[in-house]
Amino acid sequence: MAPQDQAASQTANGFTAEEFEVEAPSPREVMRRRAKRHFGLIIGGSVVSITIICAVFAPLIAPFDPFEQDLTRRLINPVWGEDGTWAHPLGTDGFGRDLLSRLIFGAQISLTIGFFAASIAAVVGSIIGMIGGYFGGRVDAVVMYLINCKLALPPILVALSVVSVFGGTIPVLIAVLAALFWDRYAVVTRSVTQQIRNQDFIAAAQAAGCSKARIILSEVLPNLTNQIIVIASLEMAVAILVEAVLSFFGLGVQPPTPSWGLMVSEGRDFMFFKPYLITIPGLAIFILVIAINMMGDGVRDITAPEGRN
Amino acid sequence: MAQFLLQRLTISLLVAITVSIIGFSLLRLSGDLAAELAGEDATAEEIAQVAKSYGLDRPFHIQYLDWVGKAVQGDLGRSLFTNEPVLELITTRLPVTVQLATYSLILALLVALPLGVLAAMKQNTWIDRLALSIAVFGQAIPSFWFALLMILFFGVILRWLPISGTDTWQHFIMPTITLSTFAMPQFMRLTRTGMLDVLESDFIRTARAKGLSPIIVLWKHALRNAVLPVVSLAAVAFGFLIGGSFIVESIFAVNGVGFLALESIIRQDFPVVQSIVVFISFVYIVLTLLSDLINAQLDPRIRLN
Repeated sequence: MAPQDQAASQTANGFTAEEFEVEAPSPREVMRRRAKRHFGLIIGGSVVSITIICAVFAPLIAPFDPFEQDLTRRLINPVWGEDGTWAHPLGTDGFGRDLLSRLIFGAQISLTIGFFAASIAAVVGSIIGMIGGYFGGRVDAVVMYLINCKLALPPILVALSVVSVFGGTIPVLIAVLAALFWDRYAVVTRSVTQQIRNQDFIAAAQAAGCSKARIILSEVLPNLTNQIIVIASLEMAVAILVEAVLSFFGLGVQPPTPSWGLMVSEGRDFMFFKPYLITIPGLAIFILVIAINMMGDGVRDITAPEGRN
Repeated sequence: MAQFLLQRLTISLLVAITVSIIGFSLLRLSGDLAAELAGEDATAEEIAQVAKSYGLDRPFHIQYLDWVGKAVQGDLGRSLFTNEPVLELITTRLPVTVQLATYSLILALLVALPLGVLAAMKQNTWIDRLALSIAVFGQAIPSFWFALLMILFFGVILRWLPISGTDTWQHFIMPTITLSTFAMPQFMRLTRTGMLDVLESDFIRTARAKGLSPIIVLWKHALRNAVLPVVSLAAVAFGFLIGGSFIVESIFAVNGVGFLALESIIRQDFPVVQSIVVFISFVYIVLTLLSDLINAQLDPRIRLN
């Protein structure tokens, strides 16, 4: 049915054109309405926002210098424990450093590494995937081969080996994690590109004489952004987890930098009589990763054409 | 089928070769391995001596071909640290890792399959939401932390379970639970979506319409189709569990391949690390190939493209 006919039939049924517009909200408005009702998105988004605020304003929020050691104030229990004090709400670690301050500064490490690793992987993976999906044939065979090679390597073991060679600096960690987690973007963008490459608007762009690079970037890519954002949030969560694993095993972020994974490993020496030293930083990782996952699932739900599932 | 088989075999072989090159070059990226081996105070002459005795002065591709040639004959070199043959180091530790991965796979399936089926049948109820929450929890929990929490709770507070080693079956309980949380969420989600798809399909409606009991529809018609993708994922997940078991192994002092890999990475014992990385990749490649072939056998649409 052509638009004019539709409008005409609506008027015939007693609807005016204005009422018709009100009944059909714009896609953006639909998203906004869905977002307001999406419980997971609200909770996840709030937790992530709070963590970002903590990370950005860490020097202002943290009550103590996260590096300052005070051996006279070692292993003070959190405020709910025996001899706990509000001066150190979450207690102090084996070097007398304030745990809350280290936790707040640790958010910087997790978020920076997670964000940049996921973003770089998104760029690399999506380009590889779109190229494979758009060109097909031999090019696609090479892309599939690259993806298969990546999938065959045990990711965390390779990350550990590379980091053990180049050292656990933040740029190295970002590069290694990005190099290991681009495949999911490639798989998804490839298959979506395959689905849309034969559609009319692509043919129109080809007929208009657009270069292939331009078609991929300005015709194909806009159709993929939602999927890429969803994958990026889930992969950011994975990158944060893997950074924690690397740091836990002493090969990631190096002491005295306050990484949450490293804090769990430092707390291991005291875990039997000061369990809060491992439970608190581990809980921080767990909550942040859950929140990012909830946010990613939420974005998928509100941008999906037909809502959930 | 023959063409499909040939194509898959070629890809797998190419991937295997590439992965072995990557694995081989992993620890050589560091630059001067000979200098590191010779020690901090070594003179240039001593370094050259070391380079020569380990064959590190030869061009990279010669070193690689030499390594492959020996590896095919079962000689993976010797550990730089203990001087034991690498093959022996791996084969003595492999059984316990395989044992752990098998238990974890079984546990993950035992939890995920019923939960996924139930979630799909009661879609959008509290059961469904509970199942999805369990999956999110399983994906988000840092496994090293989960392992430590279990040690604290079951080992130290309740004193029910031993916290390290592999002497009795009780020693395997906590490592198995930790490792299975790796794979469980994937299985659960896949079972749930598989069931949802199947339940909406025409043949299920037909089966219901002819008056079959819901239980027969579920067991004989729906489940069999929904579970197929899970079975092929299980093969792949097994390789993944072997590759990821080092976290669990090192925390619970399980002397398996993963623990060996971690120790060797920390010691920069490159003959051991490269062999384990390549070995795990090969396990993964073979399992993926098998699962592709099983899928193609069961579902003609795949092999006919």
